[in-house]
Amino acid sequence: MLENGFRGGKQYWTLVSVWLILIAVGLVAYSRQFSEGLHLTGLSRDVSWGLYIGQLTFLVGVAASAVMVVLPYYLHNYKAFGKMVILGEFLAIPAVLMCMLFVFVDLGQPTRVMNVLLHPSISSLMCWDMVVLSGYLLLNLVIGTVTLEAERKEMPPPRWVRPLIYISIPWAVSIHTVTAFLYSGLEARPFWMTAILAPRFLASAFASGPALLILLALILRRFTRFDPGKDAIAKLTTIVTYAVLVNVFFLLVELFTGLYSDMPHHVHFFEYLFVGLHGHTGMAPWMWVCEALTLCSVVALFTPAVRRNTALLATVCVAVVIAIWIEKGLAMVTVAFIPSPLGKVTDYVPTAPEVAITVGVYALGFLLLTVLYRVVLNVRDRLETTP
Amino acid sequence: MNENRRNFLKKTAGAVLGIGAGLPLGQVAEGALGKHPTDEGVSGSTQWAMVIDIKKCLGEEVRQACSEACRKAHNLPDIPNTSHEIKWIWTEEYQHVFPDQTHPQQATGVREQPVLTMCNHCKHPPCVRVCPTQATWRRDDGIVMMDMHRCIGCRYCMAACPYGSRSFNFRDPDPYIAKDSNGKLPSDYPVRGKGVVEKCTFCAERIREGGTPACVEAVDAIPGAKGALTFGDLADPESGVSKLLRKEHTICRRPSLGAEPSVYYIV
Repeated sequence: MLENGFRGGKQYWTLVSVWLILIAVGLVAYSRQFSEGLHLTGLSRDVSWGLYIGQLTFLVGVAASAVMVVLPYYLHNYKAFGKMVILGEFLAIPAVLMCMLFVFVDLGQPTRVMNVLLHPSISSLMCWDMVVLSGYLLLNLVIGTVTLEAERKEMPPPRWVRPLIYISIPWAVSIHTVTAFLYSGLEARPFWMTAILAPRFLASAFASGPALLILLALILRRFTRFDPGKDAIAKLTTIVTYAVLVNVFFLLVELFTGLYSDMPHHVHFFEYLFVGLHGHTGMAPWMWVCEALTLCSVVALFTPAVRRNTALLATVCVAVVIAIWIEKGLAMVTVAFIPSPLGKVTDYVPTAPEVAITVGVYALGFLLLTVLYRVVLNVRDRLETTP
Repeated sequence: MNENRRNFLKKTAGAVLGIGAGLPLGQVAEGALGKHPTDEGVSGSTQWAMVIDIKKCLGEEVRQACSEACRKAHNLPDIPNTSHEIKWIWTEEYQHVFPDQTHPQQATGVREQPVLTMCNHCKHPPCVRVCPTQATWRRDDGIVMMDMHRCIGCRYCMAACPYGSRSFNFRDPDPYIAKDSNGKLPSDYPVRGKGVVEKCTFCAERIREGGTPACVEAVDAIPGAKGALTFGDLADPESGVSKLLRKEHTICRRPSLGAEPSVYYIV
């Protein structure tokens, strides 16, 4: 079945080449970081996690959001998602893989990564994150390929895959919960130490993931014969709408608790986020862009004319993805370090090699996604052309 | 919270996590981590601690002597980029070391008073709790140790330490270590590679030989600074640290976090 990934037109191979070039650039940058160390990045004593771990946070959400198509289809028999389910599962696979790669490129001693398996610590949430991420990768790989294979043979999927599908639903929630616990259990970082972090992560995941899925489906519809169906897009749009809204609500809850209590340890982080602290205003413009995009998206998503117009809907989905990328991929991780426990305000600006490595990892993920979606399309094309 | 209840809650939390994955229960408490091979001869009947007398450390030469002695004893590099520095014992302002014991009406002189800071060798170290490879652990004698050969450099411990006491080797430290004219290193302490985290170890290598930490030895050699740093065994009521803690008004850093530092300050 996977040989289907090697059959495609000129457009397909152009896209594959673009990803390969970006991967090569990322590899060159990584080989430098590998030999010289992480001083090539913008990270510092005070801000010791940055862009890489931020991408882990963002992409875990994308991976988890597959549940938003899996759950209605398999638990509620929502047939309109019939064609989308595989897209969700096959989006989760590269997303989880990128998560793992982002942790890997962040390591100071990547060659020792196996120590996590050799000397695991049950009290470390990072170990748990590895467990749930690998499990989720495996689940989606098995479920995705087995159900597609069944579709190819025009047979119902084997019975044994059903329990796996049901397990994958809470498992999706677990990957983002454990990733939130990675942060929210640290007394050293008041910005993260909030019980609403995991719910917030899930809400933003269920906004950004389905928004990305809509975009991918629209792209496929534009360039291939794939049609996800009007109902599927409409339902996903509704999911995005309410998830964005819940995410905004959670943010406001967080802001209220932090600002109304007026405890300096909480207020400082929000000051740094939105107005700058001690003259350091690096993050503020990003955050205002993020909030403006969120606000516009909410208004647009509730406007029926926008929901019906493909071009406008795509624009809104781009806005949602960018807003949540800023929130999780950029701000969520670094801001917890500013100010540091010793009161230092150190700005964090990613360096060129760091950005190149990040783009490289994304390109690798998107290459895998491109190939996986090609497989799906080829399988379905053949089904339609053979009587 | 009393010790039993605390451990009970921790073990329960661990068990809840553990049941989910079918893993052996109750291992989550930090004490239950497996013994590291280098822990041989370490006994729980000793509890190492340090008392720092802030007033006696006001002279810059005293604090300088500490940092210098440590630098030499552990082959610490001198990295020009301050955001990549390796620091084991260094100076910060009072208001940053004790953010909870500072108020706006406090005299500027007090707020900006220089205070020596280092790893607190906490009784409940958050760094140990989060380390995914057991590369950092708390020994029975209270020292929070670091295995720089096992550390994968994920820097989770740096995110977890509420005291900013951990340093990461952003680059190979070797070219930045001050060597003598023959190219010899200041001491035979192993030089670290790039990409690992390190911190103060209470000079575990000197204690093993019956000595005292290099910083303590250095200040004791300065006339008038004797007793600026006192190191000893909390479990021994007659030790220097025990006597000081009984007699003086001492504080420790951010006690509300519950990490229970083993470094105390006489203000």
